[in-house]
Amino acid sequence: MEPIMAIVVGLLYAAAVYMMLRRSIVKLVIGLMLLSNAANLLIFTSAGITRGAPPLIPEGMLSPDGVVADPLPQALILTAIVIAFGVLAFAVVLIHRAYNIIHTDNLDHMKDTDT
Amino acid sequence: MQLAVLVIFLAAILTPWIYGQSKTRAAQVLAIVPALLTLWFASHIPAIADGNILIHEYHWIPGLDISFTMVLDGLSLLFALLICGIGTFIVLYAGAYLKGHENLGRFLVILMSFMGSMLGLVLSDNLITLFVFWELTSITSYLLIGFNHQSAEARKAALQGLIVTVGGGLALLAGLVLLASASGSYSLQEIFNSNTMLTEHPLYVGMLICLLLGAFTKSAQFPFHFWLPNAMAAPTPVSAYLHSATMVKAGIYLLARLQPELGGTELWMLVLTSFGAFTMFTGAFMAIRSTDLKKLLAYSTVMALGTLTLLLGIGTELAMIAFAAYLLAHSLYKGALFMLAGIVDHEAGSRNVNELGGLRKLLPVTAICTAIAALSLAGIPPLFGFVAKELLLESLIEGPTGYIVFALVMASAVLVVAVAAIVAIRPFYGAFQAPKDAGEIHEPPKGMLAGPIVLAGLSLIAGLLPFWVGDFITFPASEAVHGGRLDGYLALWHGLNLPLLLSVISIGLGILVYRSWDGIRERLQVLNPIIVRGPESGYFRFMDGIVWLAEWQTRHLQNGSIRNYLRTIILVFVAITGYTLLVRYQIHWNWDINPAFHELVAVSILVTGAAAACLTHSRLGAVAAMGVVGFSIAFIFILFSAPDLSITQILVETLTVILLVLVLFRLPSFSNISTTSERIRDAIVALLTGLLMTLLVMITIDIQLFAPISDYMIENSAPLAYGRNIVNVILVDFRALDTLGEIFVLALAAMGVYAMIKFNPSTAPGSNHFAGTLILPPKEVPEEDIVHSLEEIHQKMLEQQKILEAEPADQEVPEEHVEAEQEKRKGNDTPDSKEDR
Amino acid sequence: MMKPGTIILYTAARYIVPLQLLFSIFLLLRGHDEPGGGFIAGLVASGAMALYLFTFGATVTRDLLRVDPRNLIGAGLFFGMISIFPALLNGEPFFTAQWWPIPLPGGGELKLSTPLIFDIGVYLTVFGSVMLMLIALTETEER
Repeated sequence: MEPIMAIVVGLLYAAAVYMMLRRSIVKLVIGLMLLSNAANLLIFTSAGITRGAPPLIPEGMLSPDGVVADPLPQALILTAIVIAFGVLAFAVVLIHRAYNIIHTDNLDHMKDTDT
Repeated sequence: MQLAVLVIFLAAILTPWIYGQSKTRAAQVLAIVPALLTLWFASHIPAIADGNILIHEYHWIPGLDISFTMVLDGLSLLFALLICGIGTFIVLYAGAYLKGHENLGRFLVILMSFMGSMLGLVLSDNLITLFVFWELTSITSYLLIGFNHQSAEARKAALQGLIVTVGGGLALLAGLVLLASASGSYSLQEIFNSNTMLTEHPLYVGMLICLLLGAFTKSAQFPFHFWLPNAMAAPTPVSAYLHSATMVKAGIYLLARLQPELGGTELWMLVLTSFGAFTMFTGAFMAIRSTDLKKLLAYSTVMALGTLTLLLGIGTELAMIAFAAYLLAHSLYKGALFMLAGIVDHEAGSRNVNELGGLRKLLPVTAICTAIAALSLAGIPPLFGFVAKELLLESLIEGPTGYIVFALVMASAVLVVAVAAIVAIRPFYGAFQAPKDAGEIHEPPKGMLAGPIVLAGLSLIAGLLPFWVGDFITFPASEAVHGGRLDGYLALWHGLNLPLLLSVISIGLGILVYRSWDGIRERLQVLNPIIVRGPESGYFRFMDGIVWLAEWQTRHLQNGSIRNYLRTIILVFVAITGYTLLVRYQIHWNWDINPAFHELVAVSILVTGAAAACLTHSRLGAVAAMGVVGFSIAFIFILFSAPDLSITQILVETLTVILLVLVLFRLPSFSNISTTSERIRDAIVALLTGLLMTLLVMITIDIQLFAPISDYMIENSAPLAYGRNIVNVILVDFRALDTLGEIFVLALAAMGVYAMIKFNPSTAPGSNHFAGTLILPPKEVPEEDIVHSLEEIHQKMLEQQKILEAEPADQEVPEEHVEAEQEKRKGNDTPDSKEDR
Repeated sequence: MMKPGTIILYTAARYIVPLQLLFSIFLLLRGHDEPGGGFIAGLVASGAMALYLFTFGATVTRDLLRVDPRNLIGAGLFFGMISIFPALLNGEPFFTAQWWPIPLPGGGELKLSTPLIFDIGVYLTVFGSVMLMLIALTETEER
């Protein structure tokens, strides 16, 4: 399954980068969302994929039955998902604010107000 | 000992309060702290003199091998006594010198913080702790040099000092890390006690260069000496304390501390003796050119620092004895001389020796103290300076140095006698001359005189009782530097020998130089063009270079277009990472997989969703497509054993939709502005990134560079952390610190959102500036630039491809046009917005 | 957008919200052993309140919450921070987990511990952050 997932990750990244390179600022937001999803899948896949063995320990035992999925990347991704949400909210509101102030959604026009 | 450092910092924290209680008495009260500490350190003299070492252990961050352990041996004790002892008088002096100054309170806070940092520096056993204190002294020094912050000169000097010393500090950090990795420990005591031969270690040369860079910049060795004379922009107490007695000796301290481990090699000897001797001569030579009292003293400090480096470089037993003696002698007389120069400046109104004269009758005590201290500076018996100078010459004759070094030292010895004579005689003898009237000049308050009297007195007493001083104070320090017991004693009279003869010659020549000083100075003007091109011009060229580089890269890389940034970043990333991956690793495509049908379905839905999000022209469509992507990822998480992730993903996906509904639909709909060629270029960039990521995943799956730490977590989750959900145990127990950081990030993001929503620039206190940006009134986007529907986009595409006759309205306004318009608008609008307020 | 909800939504919200909040606390407490935990529970609680928010609007939701979401964030971070210190008091490196199990009547056991305090901190921070953003956004919408 890994090669397929690797290709999927690559496609997600390509989609994300393409969207982030658009001039419309709304597309940038979509690109950001795709990027965080792609990154999560990247970590998830590179740690190796395990089917049907969640990192849980059965009740009354001290260690899991047999091989389980690597819990560490899962922990990392879990926080990453929540933070990505926070960052997305920040980005969306920032963009909204910027739009209200300078009234353009074209990234190339936005640079004019730098100075 | 940790307490000693903490007490000083505590005093610094309490200073504003004390200062508030009594503006005049604050300094006297504060001086009690270093005075008591001096007594406390003095009480350890007998034990240390017996060869004991006092160690107070305190573990700070054991995981990183960083401790707060402090060690008191001979060298540390000598420094601690100097820091606290001179510090006491400096605080008193500062209280009188800056009496009535509005910022005296702030000055005392920084001065006390410096004292604490410096004490911490000389007592620390841990390299990292030492470095932290080292940088603290640089920062406090910066604040003190720039104390008169209204003066541009002071600010410039402060920044110069900071850049030079902190730049060196960076090299020092590298050196310390190399040292620790070569010796295997961050503790100085452990490094001394281990058997590793650091001098034969392959990292030795690199380590030495880094450490020397740190030490040389801090201790103003050639070619970094230029910052020290400029630092004289600081108030006099600071010059006396930081820039002669203590801080500039930090580099020397470090070299002395590491001498037993790193010293003794050819390289060490060559570098230290040559730089030391050259610094010595530079200092003495530059001093003779100056007429400002403080500059004279500053350059002679540079000379003294060079001497100390030279002695460390020589490295013989005698040189070590000379080192400690010279260190003590210099701190005593130079501290006194600086304070006296400050008194002259304060009372007579000038520091220029050519504007002063005949002050002896008006300032008798000052004149006597100056004479004593200057005699010590010149190395004339029976002062301690003479003892030190004799030892210096003796170790030079015995030591393995060449004739050039010897000649440089002799020349400096001659010049320094002249400097001493200038300082002691010029302002005080001859016809009366001063910017102020004779009636206004009188002896300063006791607080200012106490320091010079005691220090000059100590120079005299130490000179008369060298045996006693040697046994109790300088010998333990010499032994710490040498790393073993030393035989010998300090004496005023060594008999009729070569050093004495050389001393007499240097004194004689020095007096000759003094007599014809004015003439010599004029003739030295010839050399000015060379001196102007000295190391300081290198500093300025370096600073100019930084500005030029910043301008260049701002123009080319930071031109304000986010998309250019992104493209540059991505392409650089793809090139570097891709190159490394392809060169170093091989990819194994293991197609031996049997994916289940539902897995393939999930994956293909995911890809379709992503593609749809890219291609759709409606916002609703894009949000829906993103939902599809999110939920199919959640499904993939479930399929591959990550239930927690799946739940989180689903919940976040739901909240994201809410968020997008709330905000995104108040933004304009997708406008399609890019041309086809731009789109193709971006697609290529995007596909390259995607390809790289695919390769990256394939390679990382195969490679295992380190043993995974998750095994430990899986095994110990239940027995140690009593939790059966390993993911959650990692989050709240094993890696709780990470999680703590992450919830802070989340909270910050929420705060940012809140602030952006609630903050209204037009009503907020302040102005029409928002985050430094002038807020422009709504910019009218021409209606034809906003695209509302698919048909319009289609229309536009047709127009661009010249299939349909376009209306003459210009779609793409040329860049300059836009800017010109902007300027015009800005000009028109600024007055309006002011009226609004 | 924030018109009064339909009668079905109105009724559903009134019954679902308390249930979902209870469920989030259940997820929080069992998180150490089964799927769940502070992040997930915080998100579930936020989801519940978001439903309420859509149904009744920002003012009513603020009243229901009683505390300002900013205070929730503060409390969460505070809980996260104080869970560091018990270890220091015991002389262990900071963040070492401390356990004080309390037996419950009926054979059960309440695993009171610093990780639990920490998880509560995470819960409150996530909940507070999401609520802060959503309520603020809704309020501008209503204005």
